[in-house]
Amino acid sequence: MHKTLFELEDVIKKYDKVPVLHVKNLKLEENEIYAIMGPNGSGKSTLLKLLNLLDEPSHGKIIFQGVDTGKAGDSVRLRLRRQMCMVFQHTYMFNTSVYNNVSYGLRLRGIKGPELQSRVKEALSFVGMSDFGKRNALKLSGGETQRVALARAVAIRPRILLLDEPTANLDPDSVALIERLVQRIHETIHTTVLIVTHNLFQAKRLADEAIFLYEGNLIEKSPVPQIFTEPQSEVTRRFVSGTMVY
Amino acid sequence: MTDAGMFTSIWQFLSSRGGELTGIVGLSLSVSTTAVVIGALLGVPLGAILGLRKFPGRKFLMRLTYTLMSLPPVLAGLLVYLLFARSGPMGFLDILFTPSVMVIAQVLLVTPIITGLAAAAIAAKEKLSMDTARTLGASERQAAWVVIKEARTGILAGVMTGFGRAFGEVGAVMLVGGNVRYQTRVLTTSIVLETRQGNFEFAIVLGLILLTLSFIVSSVVVHVDDSKLG
Ligand SMILES: Nc1ncnc2c1ncn2[C@@H]1O[C@H](COP(=O)(O)OP(=O)(O)O)[C@@H](O)[C@H]1O
Ligand SMILES: [Mg+2]
Repeated sequence: MHKTLFELEDVIKKYDKVPVLHVKNLKLEENEIYAIMGPNGSGKSTLLKLLNLLDEPSHGKIIFQGVDTGKAGDSVRLRLRRQMCMVFQHTYMFNTSVYNNVSYGLRLRGIKGPELQSRVKEALSFVGMSDFGKRNALKLSGGETQRVALARAVAIRPRILLLDEPTANLDPDSVALIERLVQRIHETIHTTVLIVTHNLFQAKRLADEAIFLYEGNLIEKSPVPQIFTEPQSEVTRRFVSGTMVY
Repeated sequence: MTDAGMFTSIWQFLSSRGGELTGIVGLSLSVSTTAVVIGALLGVPLGAILGLRKFPGRKFLMRLTYTLMSLPPVLAGLLVYLLFARSGPMGFLDILFTPSVMVIAQVLLVTPIITGLAAAAIAAKEKLSMDTARTLGASERQAAWVVIKEARTGILAGVMTGFGRAFGEVGAVMLVGGNVRYQTRVLTTSIVLETRQGNFEFAIVLGLILLTLSFIVSSVVVHVDDSKLG
């Protein structure tokens, strides 16, 4: 029996008074890989940002590790947020070396000296980029950038890794590599993974469970082979069968 | 005038009035540099506040800043003149026609420029880098600092633009400084004077010195920015 990490109750997110996400009920368990699927604009990125406590819901409760995050003060939210890390759809590299990009999260956590060095080294070698430390982070290829983004996350050994279409613009080799890395992060540091993906095959390959969002609503959350073979709702069926026009 | 004649007269000018010229160049640099340093100390924090926070009235303040960015130098000069004239509210300081008041007029000119360009640079970086810093574990304050650091090239460009504006303007320093020989005469006001007196060669030499110095200052700054990785 896994422990519940997140519990969402009637969460609504509005931008300029327009609701873009409504999650009536959602529980996420520890040590799982979740795929979040849905057409563009269905609220996937919004959901990840709420989970990462980067943004606050307009309504409803997000309970993380038993703490009602809406009632928590800034310092508690920061402490909770520091257990997670998100890799964005469009990765931003700080205008400095790869090494400094990877060490940033560790420095924020007060890690320094030899431990800092070894953690950065370990993270870079994890993504197969041991020789890249001194390189300018702005001069990397798309695949390298995503690997450094993963290294930045791995370095801080997050309990939860949130990935927002991390392979969207990559070539097939880089996609396969990133997927292997995600698997290994999950296995070696027992990180719970939420990955937003457009790629149904990727969801099948990686995830234990899949969540389907459509027009801001959570339509379905099912274990992975089943959501593809026996979708519970008509919209999910159209999406996974590729007949949805969007 | 022949070319040779021109060079001869420039040479005569340089040898007879070289000391004065050094003083003019020195005053130009020190007045404008001081104004830009003060303008940056005021403008960068103001720009950071405008670029980072969404508070009521922010849009209005941005518009005001953009308007003041194109404040005509002569108008800035007039305002400062009225403020520091004998009968003005700050007249008791008795600094009209001194380099101090020239610095004040130029601060008035460059602060909105530095503020506006820093705010734009910081706001652009805020969109891109704020959440990255926060997801890696930065508090709001730490994330704000990262954004400012990421915007450094844009901020520096704003400061340089401010310097160019101060170093090259004539209206404000002329009005409040009075172009007093050996005291408040700077490169731009000298150019005006020499041109009026028909000394076009000297005016051109002064203009070239002005351009060369601007070029050197901005090259040094760009170089410093390039060579620093981190
Ligand atoms: N900062 C924002 N301001 C206004 N609208 C936003 C903002 N972020 C997202 N939206 C809107 O919310 C909806 C959901 O967006 P998003 O969560 O990015 O969808 P997805 O990631 O599934 O493509 C979209 O209609 C989008 O335009
Ligand atoms: Mg998205």
